[in-house]
Amino acid sequence: MFLRNYSTSGSSQRHKIMNPKPALAVKNLSVVFDENDNKIHALENISFNIHQREFICFLGPSGSGKTTLLRLIANLIKPTSGEVNFMFGHPPKIGMVFQQPNLMPWRSVLDNIKLPLELENDIHAHEKALDMIRLVGLTGFEDSYPRDLSGGMAQRVGLARGLIHEPDLLLLDEPFASLDALTRERMWTELSNLWQAKQKTVIMVTHSINESLFLADRVLVLTQRPGKIKLDMPVDLPRPRKDDVRYTSQFGKLAKKLREAIE
Amino acid sequence: MFTSPQPSPILGEGVQKIMKTSLSRLLGLLSILLFIPIWELIVRASNLPKFILPSPIDVWTRFLKSLNDGSLLYHTSITFFEVLLGLLAGTLFATIIGYMLAKSKTLEKILSPYLVASQAIPIVAIAPLLVIWLGDGILSKVVICALIVFFPVLINTIVGVRAVSSPLYDLMNSLRANRLQILLKLEIPASLPVLLGGLRIGATLSVIGAIVGELVSADRGLGFLLQLGDFQYDTSMVFVAVFMLIALALLLYGIVTLLERRFLKWQK
Repeated sequence: MFLRNYSTSGSSQRHKIMNPKPALAVKNLSVVFDENDNKIHALENISFNIHQREFICFLGPSGSGKTTLLRLIANLIKPTSGEVNFMFGHPPKIGMVFQQPNLMPWRSVLDNIKLPLELENDIHAHEKALDMIRLVGLTGFEDSYPRDLSGGMAQRVGLARGLIHEPDLLLLDEPFASLDALTRERMWTELSNLWQAKQKTVIMVTHSINESLFLADRVLVLTQRPGKIKLDMPVDLPRPRKDDVRYTSQFGKLAKKLREAIE
Repeated sequence: MFTSPQPSPILGEGVQKIMKTSLSRLLGLLSILLFIPIWELIVRASNLPKFILPSPIDVWTRFLKSLNDGSLLYHTSITFFEVLLGLLAGTLFATIIGYMLAKSKTLEKILSPYLVASQAIPIVAIAPLLVIWLGDGILSKVVICALIVFFPVLINTIVGVRAVSSPLYDLMNSLRANRLQILLKLEIPASLPVLLGGLRIGATLSVIGAIVGELVSADRGLGFLLQLGDFQYDTSMVFVAVFMLIALALLLYGIVTLLERRFLKWQK
């Protein structure tokens, strides 16, 4: 049985002042793929909650079903059992950033970023996209085509497109995995600043310990297939985080804990 | 990939580029200009009678004559009309059916024997049938054109739509795009390069279709003019008709190229 529940939960009203509002509750989620008569258990009994404006990170080795989990939340696939309940009071708007920039090659930078607003028939799409281009530092590249962009620039366009329609939930699927190390670290800072400015609810998957600690409020470690949650660890590093947070002893301690949790 | 040559210090890169493109264009023109005197020379050396091989001057005179009495433009416009209508109809049906086939494997399995069979039969073999069924007016020619255009455009539509990247479908679905939005904003623009490639083949094929139809039976059009010239030993007329057909095919080819430039400028 799969229920996609969009109603506000009753308990949220009571805790409103004390606690942040819940955004999403995932309950007993399991996914089994049928591939050539072989049953592949991708995810097993996943349960977690996430608050609004929280940034959580799923950390796990490849094959732990991280991407499958994101695709479930984005409603791109259905679970074999379990529920994904949204608590925004309306069907959630989703912004998604992919491993590859996944831009439309026939659209300019501006038109790629505009796409989510076009689908909503937003008449202010153009101005909003120009603002967003400024925010992600792509001024001057409005009319460039994706083939003329470097990997980092293309992924910035992907990020801008994921945020342009003010989504309730931003899903990041290893967005920096294909970038070189230096660009990747620069993108962490930029994403961190963007998140600070936009205060979105974010679910990111990654296999980088540093990335998850630098960005997230909470890191959840997934096991090898079938993916189960092995550790749910808050990251109590002060915000806004700067580059040098990575060289603090607290960061090192948390990194060690995560490393030990990953098989 | 080739390494670009070092720009000359005297001439800018732009100037060099212009010189290069104008030179390559000049080569095409040059080969045509050379072709005419060679043709003239062959005519004089072989001493063949005019009804076997007319000279360029004979053809030119015949061209001017038929242009002045209005017959050339009349017959050309008839053929052009047939070709254009057939091309449009063939492309329309081929893209719609191609899209459905791309989306449904079951439908493809049901229809593919017919599609392959329709390609195995040469159009020349069924053209007389179509003329019998649809009359020797314009309609039968339009249908022959449409049939000949149909297959390459159909195949390219299927290939184009199937090649649309699945992560882009994920993107559209995560944004909760509806079927129409996915068609207009993803599937059509993504498959346009392959689709226009099919149209390019179809455009030249449709000229062949119209002529085949007109040769079977017609009282107007360039095919009719061709046959008339043949029957009357007016070989110069045959040449004029052939050159008009070439011009027609080039015109259509040029239109498709313009469409490609307009819609695929992101590809260069």
